[in-house]
Amino acid sequence: MTNSGTTTTAVTPTSQRRRTSAVIGDIYRRTGMAAVLIILIITMSVTAPNFLTAANLLDVASQTSVVAILGAGATFVILTGGIDLSAGSALGVGAMVAMVLASAGAPGVVCVLACIAACTAAGLLNGFFIAYWGLPSFIVTLAALTYLRGLVYVGTNGTTVFLPTLDFAWLGQGTVLGVPVPVIIMVLVFAAGWLIINRTVFGRHVLSVGGNSAAASLAGISVRKTLLWVYIIAGICVGIGAVISAARLQSASPTIGTGYELNAIAAVVLGGTSLMGGRGSILGTLVGALIVGVLANGMTLMNVPSFYQLIVQGAVIIAAVGIDKLSTRRRR
Amino acid sequence: MTQADQGSFVSLKGIGKSYSGNRVLGDVSVDFYPGEVHALAGENGAGKSTMMKILSGVIQPDDGELLVHGRRVEFTSVLDARALGIAIIHQELSLAGNMTVADNISLGNEPRRRLFRDRRMTDERARELLARVGADFAPGVLVSTLSPGQQQLVEIARALGDEPSFLILDEPTASLSEGEAERLREIVKQLRAAGIGIVYITHRMAEISELADRITVLRDGRVIASLDGGTDMEEVVHLMVGRSIENAFESGRPSPGEPVLVVDSMSGAATAPATFAVRSGEIVGMAGLVGAGRTETARLIIGADPQHAGSVSLNGNRLTGRTPKKTVRQGVVLLPESRKEDGLFMQQSIADNICLSVLGTAARLGFLRRRQLAKVASDYIAMLGIRCAGPNQLVSELSGGNQQKVLLARCLAQSPKVLILDEPTRGIDVGAKAEIYEAVNRVAGSGVGVLMISSDLTEVLGMSDRVLVMREGRLVATLAKNESSEDTIMRYASGVATPQTTEQMRQAHT
Repeated sequence: MTNSGTTTTAVTPTSQRRRTSAVIGDIYRRTGMAAVLIILIITMSVTAPNFLTAANLLDVASQTSVVAILGAGATFVILTGGIDLSAGSALGVGAMVAMVLASAGAPGVVCVLACIAACTAAGLLNGFFIAYWGLPSFIVTLAALTYLRGLVYVGTNGTTVFLPTLDFAWLGQGTVLGVPVPVIIMVLVFAAGWLIINRTVFGRHVLSVGGNSAAASLAGISVRKTLLWVYIIAGICVGIGAVISAARLQSASPTIGTGYELNAIAAVVLGGTSLMGGRGSILGTLVGALIVGVLANGMTLMNVPSFYQLIVQGAVIIAAVGIDKLSTRRRR
Repeated sequence: MTQADQGSFVSLKGIGKSYSGNRVLGDVSVDFYPGEVHALAGENGAGKSTMMKILSGVIQPDDGELLVHGRRVEFTSVLDARALGIAIIHQELSLAGNMTVADNISLGNEPRRRLFRDRRMTDERARELLARVGADFAPGVLVSTLSPGQQQLVEIARALGDEPSFLILDEPTASLSEGEAERLREIVKQLRAAGIGIVYITHRMAEISELADRITVLRDGRVIASLDGGTDMEEVVHLMVGRSIENAFESGRPSPGEPVLVVDSMSGAATAPATFAVRSGEIVGMAGLVGAGRTETARLIIGADPQHAGSVSLNGNRLTGRTPKKTVRQGVVLLPESRKEDGLFMQQSIADNICLSVLGTAARLGFLRRRQLAKVASDYIAMLGIRCAGPNQLVSELSGGNQQKVLLARCLAQSPKVLILDEPTRGIDVGAKAEIYEAVNRVAGSGVGVLMISSDLTEVLGMSDRVLVMREGRLVATLAKNESSEDTIMRYASGVATPQTTEQMRQAHT
């Protein structure tokens, strides 16, 4: 302090002020959307009949689980500054593989593992093109959105594969101590994701590649490997989502999962993760997914026609992200 | 108090500015006159940029008043200031690289003929303005193909398009080579002769001494002194930092040991084969004009760009198939030239930035040991005197000098055997510079070989045991400490002197 002389007095108060505002900003970023969720839940409790019952709330969580799990994977991708548009189609491939194998008589374990493996492979292929060929993630995953959907049509022969009995149906429909299995899986996925991002070396690498990939490379981080793994993780998440979807519906239709990727991305963005990469929170994604889920459930209970629900959903995304943006700007 | 000086063009009277309760500028009164270069001196964070923002209408002061020609004015935006003839050129250039020089110059004020823009008029106006700043390139070239110095000229030409009577230049030479900087100073002198009032902000004391008619020294948001241009620079520095910085280069290092890094006939896309060595405990300076291939050489060594021929050895072991990841592991670490673009993660904390490359050593099964990381960060914050609120503060909130120290801390945390520094003190204040010199000397003293690329010749001469000079992608001279002087270096760097032969250079290495 003594030899730093006058600069110390010049710098410290400013930094402390900035620090305080940064901390407030951080709390807001972490809880701001949670506040939106709570307000939404309170509103729905008052206006929607039967909303605030344990059964309905678990139902919401269960319905949200697939998009939320896809969102967990998408959070990794978006943290690196990329985007994954192929999640919905990949989920279709996974569900198709599981159901086709099941209808051929394969045991549940095989179906589940094959489903996750198929989705992981799809993610790996995306990651390979993006990390090693340097293609833009938007293009690569847009292409995957198309060719994977084509695969689903080929695999299902264009018709819905349905099984009246399915030995892994409990993964989508079962409960443990009253809690639906998909909700438990969702919580586990987010716990693992949170640990990876916040507590592992790999997590730091993800953030640094997203924050400044040139600097990350010069600092001795393998940008390619990091990117590849990020898409593999996204693929695993999609695989888990596909298992739940197939198990819940006991079927795979050719259009299963269509549009899920956009809901997942919406959840990530609502959760405060920057599309530019380098900054964000995976728990925010969970909150974001629940906002969308609660909104849809509440509106259904209030008998809002589904066409109108879509309009409200879109408007809510703009409003929530807009409010966040405005309040961030005011602090600057 | 508001007795405006008759001759002054712009006057600040008792200007104050606070950000959420913190005073960054207090009771600042300065008069600026036409036809004068008025230098603003002060360390980073002294309030220079806040003052410039007030002068140019970017922000509004809380107290005090702003007078133009003795009349009180209030700027609500940059446009108000511009309408009164006040133009500012920011440190970060604001040109669109994908557009031509002419299009950039007329951007926002495009000449048009009916519905369409008038391309001939655009070109003509650009040509005229470029001639005024002595630019030697055509209005039709793309800005992205110009050097930083040329781009700076485009900025000035654009500002002159509004016929300003008052021009603010914020560190205009920070990223220019010596030759380009010299030309820019000539232009500043011409503008002064034409009666334009100029505010000049720079960290280069020699520039202040050369250009300034008047010097205002700021410290902690206050005017410490108003001085004549002829003032001794030692005194200015003393006033700026509030202490004297003596013998910044003093090292007392032991003499260098065995060669640790040996570069043999290494060539790449932009550089001819180069052969040199860096010994343990030695600081080798690398001088040359901007674009001479120094950064390219550094990137080749660490494997960031593909090598065409030759080899690099570390402690006698040839490093083959180099990638940044591998060379960093083996102990060759680069502090990149552009800390914002290639170095730091602005949205992350100081601790995250420092520890990034050593996470692996502070982890168990891939999980971070956070207490250990926090300790590493705190140690470096203390060692390099990084002034911050704590290891968790965001790097983007630090001043340039402290950001640079964070980047240096990351390099040091990797326990390098060879440290390559690319412009380690660019754009930072004298105080921070001295601290970085001290740290580099200490590192070299502990046996690390240091290759220091720098455009600041005082620094190259002060720090280096030997100096390599590059020109147009070639290593043209290796100078021992007793042979190197600013003059000799510039002669080789600019091509006035014939390049040394390979034999001569080899001798200088032994």
